[in-house]
Amino acid sequence: MLNSGLTELSAALALRKISSRELTQGFIERVVRLNGALNAFITVDEEGALAAARRADERLARGEGGPLTGIPLAYKDIYCTKGLRTTCGSRMLENFVSPYDAHVVERLNAEGAVLLGKCNMDQFAMGSSSESSYFGPVRNPWDTKRVPGGSSGGSAAAVAARMVPAATGTDTGGSTRQPAAFSGVCGLRPTYGLVSRYGLIAFASSLDQAGPMARSAADLAVLLSAMVGFDPRDSTSLDRPRQDYSQKLDVELKGLRIGLPREYFAEGIEPGVRKAVDAAVAWFAARGALCTGLELPLTRLAVPVYYVIAPAEASSNLARFDGVRYGHRAKEYSDLVDMYCRTRAEGFGDEVKRRILVGTYVLSHGYYDAYYLQAQKVRRLIARELSAAFQRCDLIIGPTAPTTAFPIGAKAEDPVQMYLGDIFTIPAPLAGLPALSIPCGFDERGLPVGLQMMGAHFSEGLLLGAAHRFQQATDWHTRVPTETPL
Amino acid sequence: MRWEIVVGIETHAQLLTRSKIFSGAPTSFGAAPNSQASDVDIALPGTLPVVNRAAVEHAVRFGLAVNGAIKRRSVFARKNYFYPDLPKGYQISQYELPIVQGGQLRIESKAIRITRAHLEEDAGKSLHDVFRGMSGIDLNRAGTPLLEIVSEPDLRGAQEAVAYARALHRLVVWIGICDGNMQEGSFRCDANVSVRRPGEKLGTRCELKNLNSFRFMEHAIDYEARRQIELLESGRRIEQETRLYDPERDETRSMRSKEEAHDYRYFPDPDLLPLVVDEKTIEDIRRTLPELPDAKLVRYVQKGVPAHAAERLVVSRDIAEFFERAVAAGASYEGVANLVVGELAGLVNAAETTFGQCSVAPEDVGMLQRRVADGTISSKTAKELLGKLFELRQQGSVDALIERLGLRQISDAGAIEKLVDEVLARNEKQVADYRAGKDKAFNSLVGQVMKATQGKANPAQVNELLRAKLAKPPS
Repeated sequence: MLNSGLTELSAALALRKISSRELTQGFIERVVRLNGALNAFITVDEEGALAAARRADERLARGEGGPLTGIPLAYKDIYCTKGLRTTCGSRMLENFVSPYDAHVVERLNAEGAVLLGKCNMDQFAMGSSSESSYFGPVRNPWDTKRVPGGSSGGSAAAVAARMVPAATGTDTGGSTRQPAAFSGVCGLRPTYGLVSRYGLIAFASSLDQAGPMARSAADLAVLLSAMVGFDPRDSTSLDRPRQDYSQKLDVELKGLRIGLPREYFAEGIEPGVRKAVDAAVAWFAARGALCTGLELPLTRLAVPVYYVIAPAEASSNLARFDGVRYGHRAKEYSDLVDMYCRTRAEGFGDEVKRRILVGTYVLSHGYYDAYYLQAQKVRRLIARELSAAFQRCDLIIGPTAPTTAFPIGAKAEDPVQMYLGDIFTIPAPLAGLPALSIPCGFDERGLPVGLQMMGAHFSEGLLLGAAHRFQQATDWHTRVPTETPL
Repeated sequence: MRWEIVVGIETHAQLLTRSKIFSGAPTSFGAAPNSQASDVDIALPGTLPVVNRAAVEHAVRFGLAVNGAIKRRSVFARKNYFYPDLPKGYQISQYELPIVQGGQLRIESKAIRITRAHLEEDAGKSLHDVFRGMSGIDLNRAGTPLLEIVSEPDLRGAQEAVAYARALHRLVVWIGICDGNMQEGSFRCDANVSVRRPGEKLGTRCELKNLNSFRFMEHAIDYEARRQIELLESGRRIEQETRLYDPERDETRSMRSKEEAHDYRYFPDPDLLPLVVDEKTIEDIRRTLPELPDAKLVRYVQKGVPAHAAERLVVSRDIAEFFERAVAAGASYEGVANLVVGELAGLVNAAETTFGQCSVAPEDVGMLQRRVADGTISSKTAKELLGKLFELRQQGSVDALIERLGLRQISDAGAIEKLVDEVLARNEKQVADYRAGKDKAFNSLVGQVMKATQGKANPAQVNELLRAKLAKPPS
């Protein structure tokens, strides 16, 4: 049962073949068994999960369940959960317990989903490897010496290792898609504004989006359908009718216009990645999709633009962690300024500090125009370039990342190398576009390769449908990681 | 050579809204510390701001009242700095694109230009004297909506600055966007003061804070101008800085220099979309905007109210509305104005109440004035009656009261003539004095006639009859 995806489990629960309690118990046992090796979870809420499972079983017995009722889920530890600590992977919030649930948590709770625990992540979602967590690095189930990607690496590893059928992540510059690619699972970033940010600890407000992570596109569709919806508490939340993405998965591939940007297939792509992505593109072409080459010359500016805007917003968003009202406060200090300095020096890790410094710098008097304002202008140009591209094609396909999972520690000393790995995932958030990553093969080391599909605003249905068609014909997404056999 | 004192004023007016500018928490003053601070106000991780429509409408109302440009699109920006009573580590304000640009406010005959007015949130309060060895933080005020109104440096000296602040205070209360309570901090002014030789370019300015009353504002500006002039006259320079006014010692003290000023790293708040105000909203607000004091003043004067009385009628909307309801009861502008700014204003002040809560109905004041106009009572009687009405708290009973107290004026020529004859007969000496050219004697005779009627005789008639009778040779 643990190897079943969300959709299958949902059917089994509905038919009463299994109870949520049994399912939850089974997954908890697996979490307990594997977490020592993977470090995918920061907090496991066994008691709360079993109580939620019991309520779900009652609801299912009354015939009032939905597709998520009784399904154990894990949340990236950036989602505020009432009564259960929310650390954001940091010492700053090591013991922080939110008095309220994030909008997404409210929604999924209302659907009867079972909150199993909170997943490890790069500290404050800043990173692409899940190594920067205060709670130690997450390990990739395909090779525990390697990173699972980040920042939603705990969620990706947990789904890959069958510790949960599905999880939530967040994506600021690729944080659902890149760990999905590295860990051999599926991850989606929705159109900006589709899912409320209320209750997600903010990293970069204009880029942050919550997204589902699961084993198949069909499972992503179930989870996404429950996550979306207008929330008056988030001014950037879009007021549009909700839809059930599960109903639209059977998309027509014949005549589908697929754009292949030259820049996404350029030098620097590992051969194993290139091979798997080419094969996937060929599969779509064979089914009648029309593949056309594209030029997206501004792609090269996406990383620098992102690493100005995201730190700028972060430097301000993280100012609230000052030791005054909640979170970590230094034990010893001489005065107010000393309290701030020590608290933040102790509470934040190196990568967080680095980004706060960069962000503070680019917003400073005399530098604002040259960095922040200029970055915003280029951001607009990148968005225009992509929007022009979507006049010519329905989907843009390419590798999610230029490489497969790298060894733990390999890029720890060179943050810029780490940033450059985000080149393909960053354009979508800069333009507010939806994108997903699905497994499309393995490299010569047996590490999963991710295929990224990007679409126009609100094209989630098309993205999920195209991915679903691919997964109906391939089995990359069903492979069980070698180091976490069932 | 003389010095010119140049002042610009920055005002923070707390907007009258039920809830805060970016959260649903209430804004009422004086609640137990931190009892009115929501998840958003204390900046819990994951919380987000949503702008309060009522606050935006108030800003638009102000912009229309000062004839400023209402920007169809304005932008909220973050002003970043660390302080314990600033929960997010930044204040949401407006920076490059404020909601109101330009405008003006008249003080006497001078128009003071308004640079801009923008929306922002207030911070909380640090309490330094409640806990021993610790500071307390009260976040009830955090997120209270403010309109920051910035004037151009058009004011010359403390008196003009105070006149501007008073006019602004009257306006924001008048249009219902601020309660104007200075003790509770609902209306706070900072003054930018510099001095120069007339005709020269602006001098280096100092910003004065803690001006909690109009009186303190005047003292602080006077002190500061003297300080700057003394420095310049002794050959020294003015350092640009922020100075705090100390009312105990009546002086300003340096708070922080320009070098110590923060770099606030303003940037557009990515949690809030640009604020778009549509035409319909603006027009709806324009329609509901009350007639403003300047317009009322002009209208009253045109209707015959003396300028000095008209000024007093537009001191507050309460008085003006009271006045207009009294006039609407069918009385003349000028007559009602005399009663309202004269007798009634005295009564209201003495009772420490307001025209809004006055125990006399404005319609009764109008009726009193009508009865003066139609000769039923004298204006002196009207004033006395006003006092009675004020005291009795009876409304709608002017005519009944006149009858009950027997105050109807005697205008019957026969009755008055009879009394006049009696008085003349009794006062041969005064009659003789008058005829000998002593005018004072005449007043004494009038007084005696009035006394004989308990003041009810029509004084004009009495005068006329007496003069006629005295002019005749003794029979």
